[in-house]
Formats: sequence, C-alpha cells, structure tokens
Amino acid sequence: MHKIGVFVCWCGSNIAATVDVKAVAEAASKEPCVVYATDYQYMCSESGQNLIIDAIKEHNLTGVVICSCSPRMHETTFRKAAQKAGLNPYMVEIANIREQCSWIHKDMAEATAKAIVLARAAIAKVQLNKPLIAGESEVTKRCLVIGGGIAGIQTALDVAEAGFPVDIVEKKPTIGGKMAQLDKTFPTLDCAACILTPRMVEAGAHENITLHTYSEVEEVSGFVGNFTVKIRKKARKVKMDLCTGCGLCTEKCPMKKQPNEFNMGLDKRGAIYIPFAQAVPKVPVIDVEACLKFKTGKCGICSKVCTAGAIDYEQQDEIIEQKYGAIVLATGFDQIKPTKFGELGYSQYPDVVTSLEYERLMNAAGPTKGHLLRPSDGKPPKEIVFVQCVGSRGQSCRDKSYCSKVCCMYTAKHAILTKDHYPDTNIHVFYIDERTPGKNFDEFYRRAVEQYGVDYIKGQVGKVYEENGKLMVQGSDLLANEQITLAADMVVLAAAIEPDKTARSLGTMLTASMDTNDFFTEAHAKLRPVESPTAGVFLSGMCQGPKDIPETVSQAGAAAVKVIGLLTKDKLLGNPCVAHSDEMLCNGCSQCARVCPYGAITYVDKEFRVPGPKRVETRRVAVVNEAVCQGCGACTVTCPSTAMDLKGFSNRQIMSEVDAICK
Amino acid sequence: MVYSYYPGCTLKTKAKDLDMYARKSAEALGITLEEIPEWQCCGGVYPQAQDEIATKLSSVRTLNSAKEAGNDLVTVCSACHHVLKRVNDDMANNEYIRTRANNYMELEEPYAGETKVLHYLELLRDVVGFDELKKKVVNPLKGKKIAAYYGCLLLRPSGVMGLDDPEDPSIMEDFIKALGATPVVYPFRNECCGGYVTLQDQSLAQKKSNKVLGSAEAQGAEMVITACPLCMYNLKNNGTEHDLPVVYFTEILAEALGVK
Repeated sequence: MHKIGVFVCWCGSNIAATVDVKAVAEAASKEPCVVYATDYQYMCSESGQNLIIDAIKEHNLTGVVICSCSPRMHETTFRKAAQKAGLNPYMVEIANIREQCSWIHKDMAEATAKAIVLARAAIAKVQLNKPLIAGESEVTKRCLVIGGGIAGIQTALDVAEAGFPVDIVEKKPTIGGKMAQLDKTFPTLDCAACILTPRMVEAGAHENITLHTYSEVEEVSGFVGNFTVKIRKKARKVKMDLCTGCGLCTEKCPMKKQPNEFNMGLDKRGAIYIPFAQAVPKVPVIDVEACLKFKTGKCGICSKVCTAGAIDYEQQDEIIEQKYGAIVLATGFDQIKPTKFGELGYSQYPDVVTSLEYERLMNAAGPTKGHLLRPSDGKPPKEIVFVQCVGSRGQSCRDKSYCSKVCCMYTAKHAILTKDHYPDTNIHVFYIDERTPGKNFDEFYRRAVEQYGVDYIKGQVGKVYEENGKLMVQGSDLLANEQITLAADMVVLAAAIEPDKTARSLGTMLTASMDTNDFFTEAHAKLRPVESPTAGVFLSGMCQGPKDIPETVSQAGAAAVKVIGLLTKDKLLGNPCVAHSDEMLCNGCSQCARVCPYGAITYVDKEFRVPGPKRVETRRVAVVNEAVCQGCGACTVTCPSTAMDLKGFSNRQIMSEVDAICK
Repeated sequence: MVYSYYPGCTLKTKAKDLDMYARKSAEALGITLEEIPEWQCCGGVYPQAQDEIATKLSSVRTLNSAKEAGNDLVTVCSACHHVLKRVNDDMANNEYIRTRANNYMELEEPYAGETKVLHYLELLRDVVGFDELKKKVVNPLKGKKIAAYYGCLLLRPSGVMGLDDPEDPSIMEDFIKALGATPVVYPFRNECCGGYVTLQDQSLAQKKSNKVLGSAEAQGAEMVITACPLCMYNLKNNGTEHDLPVVYFTEILAEALGVK
C-alpha cells in the first residue's frame, strides 16, 4: 500500500491568486493512499524543499505529488529533493497547475476545480510509478561546429583551447562567412578582414581544430554525448595536400565569366577559383558547372600550369563518419534579394543595390578596388539614398516580421565611410525608427547626423524610377508631413536578413526546433539562450536570431562554455524513462522499428517454451537499446499488440490518469 | 469556348468601345461570350466595410448566374473585374460575409465562390495564349510604340487579383508584343490616375494623370492603352499637358485581328 504526500505550491500569487490552494490540498488529502497534503508559498525554495524532505521522512512516503509549475521548470528540483530524503526520484509526479491552469483561467472556482482534477490524475499515476534507475552513457569528447563564419570560428577556438578536438564543417570552399565580406565594422570602424583573418588562420592552424570546408553534413544519428555524423566532403578537384595556394591556375583559367559570389556577383571569377585572398584553406576549387574541361572534355589548362600536380579532375566526393559528444549550429544568415519589392527597382536598375553589395563596392578587395563607383557606368555617385527596413518589420507576405537589428548601424557606417572618403557626396537615409542601442552605438549614429551632416528622413520609400538618367526616389517625409522626390545616382537597400537556407534541413536532421522564421529556437529564451531544446545541440550566432558581431562573438563563447561543460563529463546519466518490449506479447511485426526516430529498436530470434509436444519455438521479438532510446513514445502508440511500453509513462499509468480525470 | 460575360454599366454608356471591340475580337478568336441576363451594376467600388453586405449582393448575383450557367465569368472593365474578384474571394474565404450574403440571397444552393472570374486579358493570356493570338493577327501593328497603362485596380490587391506582379507587371506588354507592336515600359504605368478624386479636387487628378502620360511620353510612347473607363476618363480629360492618344486595349486588339 502506497503512502502518498501531496504538496500544493502557491507560486506566490501566480497560482494562489486563481486557484484556491487550500481547497486543492484538502481535496487531495481525501484521495486513496494520500496520507499527507499541504500547501506552501514557494515549494521550490529551500524551505519548501525541506518541507517535502521532512514529510517524506516523517510519514514514510512512498510517492510524492507536487502541484506546481510545469515539470520543464522544476521537475529536476523536486526529484533531487526526494532523492535527498531517500526516495527514488522517479516516485515524484508533477501536476502542472500553473501553465496549464492558473495562468490560463480567470475564474477561481473553475480553476480550483481543474487543479483538483489535475492533482487527482497525478495521484492516480504515482500509485503505479516504479522506482527507476538511470543508466549511464559515455561522452565522446569531440565537438562538431556546423558553419565556419565568425560564430563557428569563435566557438571552435574556445572549445579547442580547452583541449577538446573540434571539427568545423563549412559548405563554402573557405571559412570566414559573411564577416569576410564586410568592409569596416561599426562602431569602431576597424577593418573586418584585419580582425577576422587572424582568427581564420588560428582556426586553420590550431592543433585541435580540423576544417572540413566545401563540405556538408549529410546525416546525424545518436544523442547527446554520442552523435554519429556523416559529412560529405565535396570534390574540389584539387588535392589539398599538394596545392601550394600559388593561384596560377586561377589566373590562367580561360572561363572568367562566372559571377563572383564573394563580390555579390559584381565582378567575375574563373571556373577554378579561390574565393578571396585570405581564404583558409587557400586552396582553389573547380566549379564543375562552369569548367570547360567538365563541359567539353577539352582545356585542362589549370592542370598544365600547376607545378605541384594538385589538379585532380577525377576526384570524387568523400563521405566521412565521425562521432561527436556535442554539436554547435552556427549556420549564419543571408541577406534577402529584394526582388519582391518591385517598386524599389532592384531588378530593373543596376544602381539600386543591397547594402552587402555596397559593402563590396566600398572594399579595397572588392570589384572596384575600394573606389566607390556605381555599377551602371562606373561613375562616382554624388547623391546616394539609403532605404532602411526593406523587408524587415512588415506585415505583408513579402516582409519579415522581425527587425534585422544590424541595418540602422551599418547604414550609419556606410554614410560615415562614404562621407569620409567623398566629402562632396550627399547622403539621405529613409528610416522608420533609428534603433541604436549598444555600447557607443547611438554616439556613432549621432556622428553621422551631427558631424557628417547625413540627411536622415523619417519615412518610407514608395517608388524608385528612372528619369533623365537619375534614379528618382519618391517617399514620404513624416516629420515635414510631405511627399518628396529625391534625384539620386545610387540607391542602397538595407534588405532584411534571414537564416541561411540550409538551416531548415539541418534542424530536421538534428530535431532542433525552429521558429516560424526558421531561426533556431533556444531551450529557454532568457535562461538557456545558447542551447537548443535538443540535448547536446548548441546555438551560435545569427542562426538563432539577428545579432551584430560583438553579440555573435559573445554568444559563440557562451556556446563553447556549454560544450566544454558537457565534454568535461566522462559519463552522462541517461533518461530511465525508455521503452521496453514485452516479449510475450510482441509479434515481431517491425512497426515500432519503423517509427523509431533514433534507431533504438532491433530484432532478435528468441526461443520460448510453449505447451505441447514441441516444447520450444523460436520467435522474432523487438529489443530496445536503452542507451539509444530517448523515450519519445512513438513505438508505444504504434505497437498493435501493446507489447511496447514506456517506463514512467506506461499505458496503465496514462489510463489511470484519464480515469481519474473522468471520475 | 463559351464564357459568361459581364460587361458592366459603363460599357453600355461611356465605354461602348471597350465592350464592342471585346465582343468582336472574341468572335474572331472563336470565343463565345454569353452576356448574363438581367445583370446589375457590380457596385462600382468594392465595399471595404466588413458589415456592408447589401452592396456586395449584386456581384454575388452575377457570380451565381455564371455558376448556374456552368461557365467561367469573363469581364473586361478594370473596376468590375476588381469588385467581382474581391467579392468572389469573400464568398470563398470569409465565412461571415458568405453566411450573411447567402441569408439575403436565399438561393436554392448557397453560393461559396465557385465561379472562376477572368479578366479579358487573362482569357487572352491563359486560355487563348499570346503565341496563339499572335498567329491570329491579320493586321500586325508593326512599329507602333504602345504604352500599357495598368492603373491601380487591375493588379491590386495582388493576392486576390492574381493577375500579375503589381509592381513589375508584364501581361499588357506581352499582349502588345503579340499584336506586333512595341511595348513601352515606363515607371508610372501602375500608378493611380487620380480616380474619383477628380470630383473633389480636379487639380490633383490632373497632376496624377499628367505624371502618367508624361512618363509614357518620355519613354517614346505614341499611344496609351487601358482597360479601365475611369482611367480613360482621367487620362483624356485631366491629362491636360499631353496630347497622347489613349484607347482601350480591346480596340487595338480588334484592329490587329482585322475586325475593327
């Protein structure tokens, strides 16, 4: 016979203002097997926990029900308390009377009645609980970082410095990401390449870091501490170990007509190319779609000029398999192409550019060697109009609902840099709100206005059209309350940023949840900002939400700390709430194995004693690998013969809860 | 090919050309337009108010007539097309409006947006096909530089109209090409002509219409075509600074097909 204690928490006024906690305790005390019931202001506080511990000891409780907040919040807290008192931690059940009751109801009588029902269900369940012992699993002391931008590089360096091996998988031929494309960085205006390239070199040379560039994650299996990942290393058609990075092949390539991705398509590259001068690794890659050798079988110039004999047209993709304890998502972002905003003329007029294109036009390594020349005719622009929030903060189907966060600051940066180099240029900026919170950010923006005389116009642009060789920008000046039309030589659109396109498929592979905008979701918006809800998966940089470089680097470091914390452990306590199969009921149909997302179910042929002259027969039955099972329960609802059951959430326990609710 | 046809009031009075040439051209293209019997005014302007049901009813009657005839519904006036498509969208997707409109109508079978509404230009593009149309042209308008004027009602709201990209459309330019003429693309082709504001403040409509015609003229247009009687009115009467001929698109169609 069980002896059950029920503890009803007020959660200050969070629960007690809507639920009559005394009435809940009173009602619970009348339930079968309940020998003790009480309420307390903060059950999770130290004195609250002591109250539970004392009651377990004093009343020899065999089961505990806490009526409080969601188990996601404090289940672990209360399990630990029970353990301290000598009770198996899995003999604790939580009735969620906060998120699922007090917070969503207004009427006290109704909420109280519901809280009593929820408590009754938990009491019914705990009577069927069995003590469970968590198993242990080994931790593979190796970290995978997906994405080699500043976020991935920083996380990798921090983890590597702590002594753990790290692999970076980057889909592009070089690490560096978007930061490598930036000219200067706000608000200090130090050159992005100057501060980034030392980090890239460090990552490339670090004894604990392995780079897999031009590679993609193909398949992920396993769980925290024990991931197995297949990585496709795409064929560069250049042998990494032989290439010296001299670049002769890229100079001699006759197919120099490919849009150069690094310069946002503003100039051309060859079919064999190194993305940019400071690329790490500095090994070229052949774009087989563009290469004459692959298209016609003729050419082969790169192979002829290569003194190292590094060109290998026969090279094939390679799949490598590696085990990891932790995975960091650092997949970054892209800037949208504002083609849907036909009124702004991005598709029609070459001198309407995005801010990232403008960034390349300003950069010394860019298509114009750092001279600001407009794309249409190569002339220096004298009147430039910047349009902010293109595709951000909108409600229509064309827009992102969120603020892209970095545009206000980089537009101020563009304005300042342009005015610095070309003081006779007039600059106008259309804005909705100037958002410049951050250290030295507002001062920076004010410099643009006060010191450089940039003309900030509060309002939005409705149309950009060409007239007499000028780009006419028609917009509203909300402060002057008038419609204005400016004649410009160039228009720069601060187009919205969005998560990288590969994020979604990776999210599916890793069961890492995403929001509606395809940004990865953190385990807790405030308290666990760098962890994915999927254990062992961490988030770094823009893939979690818009942020600037300092914020990205901080988050990258925080993700590294979490990884290090995990990899320092030799063993992880598993979740004992796993599936198990009743061999006597299992008919070997394989349906459970098919739905198992973790590959935890295998089949064995087993001999069973049977009545009759044969005495034994061999049957095929399911076996669950408890170290791999994550307790999702998919098999238990699929099994047609109810052989599969989940420890801690058995079919009987769930039915008894339902019965208690329906009583 | 048989279609239910909704001309609308203006096409019986001020915009007879738009209607006449549409019918003649359809005949030449082997399309039968069956005018809906006893049709009523579409309402002229789409009523934005959610609780305004009565003004939507005449459109619902038209849509339901086409449904009962078992035909898709073709219309040619920009404004009628706009109102009919939006009301049809309401009947298909807005339960509140659908229920109330049907309560008024007391039809044998409630109407729920079953009719497909086509603008005459959509008929040419999606049913006839511009390549086919090109083959049927007997009198190609060679060398003629024609500017298409879309106005605002034809394309917007684009989600409901589904006709073309509202900011960078091409349907009328493709139509002009099919007739053998040269389309002139100009920035103000999808801007407002001033619309009904001419009744309140004519100078404003003049400003808007002049901007449109000036923009077309600057790009070398010799003629402007429209699908909207109200645009036609404004461009002709309020485009005071320019002398560019404005005709209905059906007129040049009839000319090219040799039925004018």
